[in-house]
Amino acid sequence: MRALRAGAPQLLAFLAVLLADRLVAPQFLDVHWQDGRLFGNLVDVFNRGAPVALLSLGMVLVVATGGIDLSVGAVMAIAGAVAASLADTQPLPVVLGAALGTGLLCGLWNGLLVAVLRIQPIVATLILMVAGRGIAQLITEGRIITFASPDLAFLGGGALVGVPMPVVLVLGMLVLTLALVRGTALGLMIEATGGNARASALAGIDTRAVTLAVYAWSGLCAALAGVVAAADILGADANNAGLWLELDAILAVVVAGSSLLGGRFSLWLAVLGAFLIQAMNTGILLSGLPPELNLVVKAAVVLAVLLLQSPRLAGLSLLLRKPS
Amino acid sequence: MSRNLPVLVAALLFAAGYGLCATQYPAFLTTRVVGNLLTDGAFLGIVAVGTTFVIIAGGIDLSVGSVVGFTTVFLALAIERWGIPPLAAFGIVLAAAGLFGAAMGALIHVFDMPPFIVTLAGMFLARGAGFLLSTESVPINAPLYGAVSDLSLSLPGGGRLTLTAGIMLGVFLVGGVVLRATRFGATVYALGGSRQTTALMGVRVGRNIVAVYALSSLLAALAGIVFSLDTASGTPLSAVGVELDAIAAVVIGGTLLSGGQGGLLGTFLGVMIGGLIQTAITFDGTLSSWWSKIATGLLLFAFIALQQGSVALAGRSGRRARASAGATVVRPAEARA
Repeated sequence: MRALRAGAPQLLAFLAVLLADRLVAPQFLDVHWQDGRLFGNLVDVFNRGAPVALLSLGMVLVVATGGIDLSVGAVMAIAGAVAASLADTQPLPVVLGAALGTGLLCGLWNGLLVAVLRIQPIVATLILMVAGRGIAQLITEGRIITFASPDLAFLGGGALVGVPMPVVLVLGMLVLTLALVRGTALGLMIEATGGNARASALAGIDTRAVTLAVYAWSGLCAALAGVVAAADILGADANNAGLWLELDAILAVVVAGSSLLGGRFSLWLAVLGAFLIQAMNTGILLSGLPPELNLVVKAAVVLAVLLLQSPRLAGLSLLLRKPS
Repeated sequence: MSRNLPVLVAALLFAAGYGLCATQYPAFLTTRVVGNLLTDGAFLGIVAVGTTFVIIAGGIDLSVGSVVGFTTVFLALAIERWGIPPLAAFGIVLAAAGLFGAAMGALIHVFDMPPFIVTLAGMFLARGAGFLLSTESVPINAPLYGAVSDLSLSLPGGGRLTLTAGIMLGVFLVGGVVLRATRFGATVYALGGSRQTTALMGVRVGRNIVAVYALSSLLAALAGIVFSLDTASGTPLSAVGVELDAIAAVVIGGTLLSGGQGGLLGTFLGVMIGGLIQTAITFDGTLSSWWSKIATGLLLFAFIALQQGSVALAGRSGRRARASAGATVVRPAEARA
């Protein structure tokens, strides 16, 4: 109940965007059943928003520790390349294991730089963001690798009881992440680390391990997003897979109301944020406005959300200052 | 000494890399390659000067690549479609970019927002505005453009120092003087050291932060002008990701990303090292272009590790400060509260 009340503005914004979409395109809310799965613009919003929703699940935890992960787009490209290059010769578990394992390694590398070498997160993850696409191109040898494996393709285009697989994966990851961080004390430790790393360390929290873990999780989520993206187009494009999606993921986290300075986070609001962005995307496409307007709208949304947050931050620091 | 170490390492690396290339390809010893290195690095160099100012002041500017893209497409449309004389168009776009940067700086200062996210919004905005102007590449046929591309200073040995390379060197020189010998330059270093201390010393923090971001956007627009002169066209897709190349060059040049330390000589070397990698890969011919991305990433890592190492050596107090800065972005106001 508390979670729902905290997310009321975002939920209202999401419903408002859906309503606006319905106004520009009367067929927007129509959902029909065909070939054993759901079809329609609304379903498409969730389907298309799935990769960013997966990214935001990892990103929101990283941001909660006061960090940022710029490399998720590049990790998506690497994982997609690994999955696509193995898809036709290996069984699905091996393909998935290799792709997700690669993502986990990438995340651990980021975590190592941030937690052990104490490099600022923006810079530490910038390294993999720059080099990652090169690595992905190395794997695909500069080509766009295509595959025909129906098993892998199912993850992108298939459906489970009518719900598209990407959406199922997002829900699965959301539940898994919720269980991991809210079912245990891990979430509290993450928030403590983001609130004040030094104080948390003195209080006995292994901030190093916590930081390492969130970056590893972000890498894993990014790899899954990369697999979904590759499965969707039946191929891996090292140049364009996940391009600029790190920015969308950060945007989703900002929309979710998580402070970029760390210390608090909400998983389901981050996922909602990702779908909100996609709903705006789809709305602009349906309305016939130039799709380029999208970037301007996103910029306006970021600024609006930050401005809304800003007085609250000021009020908070005033409250903190008064006692002393 | 330890302060100059990263610049020294960058200089040695550049010299060693250049020497290695020269033994492989004797053509590297001609002024022609030197001239090309400067011309190819021109627009990145100009962007990197602005980025150096912002990073020394403790901020970051992710919008510069988009500003370059917007500038090129604006110039192409202004000159070709709207009939504005090129020099007037240059003036308009420089003024617009300056205002754009100032607005970002004002948001960062007044609302106390993280520079990273404000300039990220600026990046979306400028790129989107460029796309709204035109989604296609527009050629520029103005006579000035033809004249400029012929304009160059012949170097002994067949090389050419083009006007764009000259502009870049000029920007580095002027930037170096401003950074080292003016009150504004001293303020930039002070801001990166500590915003709060700077404010307590009586410096007007707000107007200086606005000025730093205005300068960064202004230089990005200048880089856009140089880019459009070089390519004689404008496309909203130009210079995607240049902000990251610029940050990489600044880091390789030894400027601390936490602010307060660094300089333009290092940034110049950083830009040249990047250019050298590209040139070497072009000369080799068998290596694919993606190797340059991997090489840049490796260099970035090596230099950041070097920074961390030298900072750790600089003293225990330094390390303690870094330790807290590395894990979280602690803003002075909050740390006090």
